[in-house]
Amino acid sequence: MADQPASSNNINDPVTRGGKRKPIPLAIARGPHEYLPGEQEGPVQLASLGDLLTWAENWARSRSVWPLGYGLACCAIEMMAAAQPHYDLSRFGSEVFRSSPRQADLMIVAGTVSVKMGPRLRLLWEQMPEPKWVLSMGQCANSGGEFYDSYYTVQGVDTIVPVDVYVPGCPPRPEQLIEGLLKLREKILKQGLKLRGEDERP
Amino acid sequence: MSQKREEQAPSSDEAIGIKSQEMLLNMGPQHPSTHGVLRLVLTLQGETITNCTPVIGYLHRGMEKIFENRTLMQGIRYTDNSDYLSPMLCEIAYVGAVEQLMGLEVPRRAQYMRLLVGEMQRIASHLVAVGSYLIDLGAVTPILWAFRDREGILSLFEALAGSRFTVNYLRVGGVLHDFPKGWLRECEAYFDQLEKNLGELDALINGNEIFLARTQGVGFIDTQQALHYGLTGPMARASGVNWDLRVHRPYMAYREVPVNVQVRQEGDCFARNLVRMTEMRESIRLCRVALDRMPPGAICARVPIALRPPRGETYFAIENSRGEYGFYLISDGSEYPWRAKMRAPSFVNLQIVPELLRGYKMSDAVAIIGSTDIVLGCVDR
Repeated sequence: MADQPASSNNINDPVTRGGKRKPIPLAIARGPHEYLPGEQEGPVQLASLGDLLTWAENWARSRSVWPLGYGLACCAIEMMAAAQPHYDLSRFGSEVFRSSPRQADLMIVAGTVSVKMGPRLRLLWEQMPEPKWVLSMGQCANSGGEFYDSYYTVQGVDTIVPVDVYVPGCPPRPEQLIEGLLKLREKILKQGLKLRGEDERP
Repeated sequence: MSQKREEQAPSSDEAIGIKSQEMLLNMGPQHPSTHGVLRLVLTLQGETITNCTPVIGYLHRGMEKIFENRTLMQGIRYTDNSDYLSPMLCEIAYVGAVEQLMGLEVPRRAQYMRLLVGEMQRIASHLVAVGSYLIDLGAVTPILWAFRDREGILSLFEALAGSRFTVNYLRVGGVLHDFPKGWLRECEAYFDQLEKNLGELDALINGNEIFLARTQGVGFIDTQQALHYGLTGPMARASGVNWDLRVHRPYMAYREVPVNVQVRQEGDCFARNLVRMTEMRESIRLCRVALDRMPPGAICARVPIALRPPRGETYFAIENSRGEYGFYLISDGSEYPWRAKMRAPSFVNLQIVPELLRGYKMSDAVAIIGSTDIVLGCVDR
């Protein structure tokens, strides 16, 4: 949404359809002092009771995202470190690493996905109940990373499962993982809702 | 639970002539206590494990092939990902092999710096090993304490190398940076604190009745067996094999700094854990020796930008936190190694797992796998 020009009078533009569109308020931080996690994009519009209920449902879901305890490689150690007291993932309601995919909401793909592991990963993802999200952690899972010319690694986990949040780094720091989880929280909060100022017509 | 296999009486079913059916149980690759992506196919007779087949390769990344397509300097980064719990020690093995191939002399200060960061890495690795072993057995507190202490080492590494644990700090001929201002003083303060914390961890673990019941007498390896399987590191030293490359094939600064080898005779899971605990204390002592003796001088030898070692082959091994970690390099005179082979201790130590599990109960399997302390990045490469 942010990439669209704010005042486009082009009649062929599918978003504005010739009419003038109100700009979406974007709160972009200009420095660390202004940065508030979870408030980077415009707030959602709540026009009806249904919207309100959806928002409440989203809010409840976003506050306790239980990840699947699924470590693959080096990034898994940073994922473990993020759950330990120094970084304390439980502040954000995500410290409960479930061993079974049937109890998990979020799959953190932490590490290199090999060709042999690919079908297993897909199976685990299919076993997770809806709603489910995938967080790709580290460059290997994002794009293949430093194993870009290997004969046995999957070049990006998004070729196997849909990914919601990409966390860069090799490996990402625990703070980066927490930031990724907060981004996911933003995404969950907006599911099924429209941003304020966004045109209601499809 | 902690019976040895000789003492096990035949089950009551067999006594009255009923034979239960064998069951195949798949453990992993997504299992919280297989330490990564190891898969074990267990054959069970009732509760007793009759056979076990480890299936590896879920983290194979073709690393040895990748080495052939990278220059010798670029290869340093990839060693971090092989044994990802002790990247600093893997880098020492790799640059040591390249230096041996080129006939380079490392400055004395760089040798002591390598000893210091290597022993700190060993502490960090053993802390994870002990903590995750205990959480496999159901004790939650030790991993919290161990990771708290590990964070100290990681933040020191971050100040030194700029990265928390895939450090990429060593260079052929020496190290990348000198210590930042005040770093050594922080190290000393950290070691004092760590020694106190290790005492607490010791008291918490080694007197615990449940831990003793689950590990003493479980997963027994005798000295001959350890030698036949080629075990190295804490796995071998807990079975009475007095073998430590830092002492018996000394390299770099270990020629001047004597190491007390931690050997125990019991050969069970408890002894393996205890060897790791005492090795941490020994590493603290070695770090303090390195801090005291830290010589002045250059941190890196003069090396050409493009490393072109002469034709030839070499093998250089160090004592990793898991055993003998070696690099076998063949050079054809170009910037790229013609062949790079890793001798990974986890891979060799994994071979004894089927032999160990046979005859024990299902509940002992987690205790035995955890005590081998394998890293799958090191097994699969």
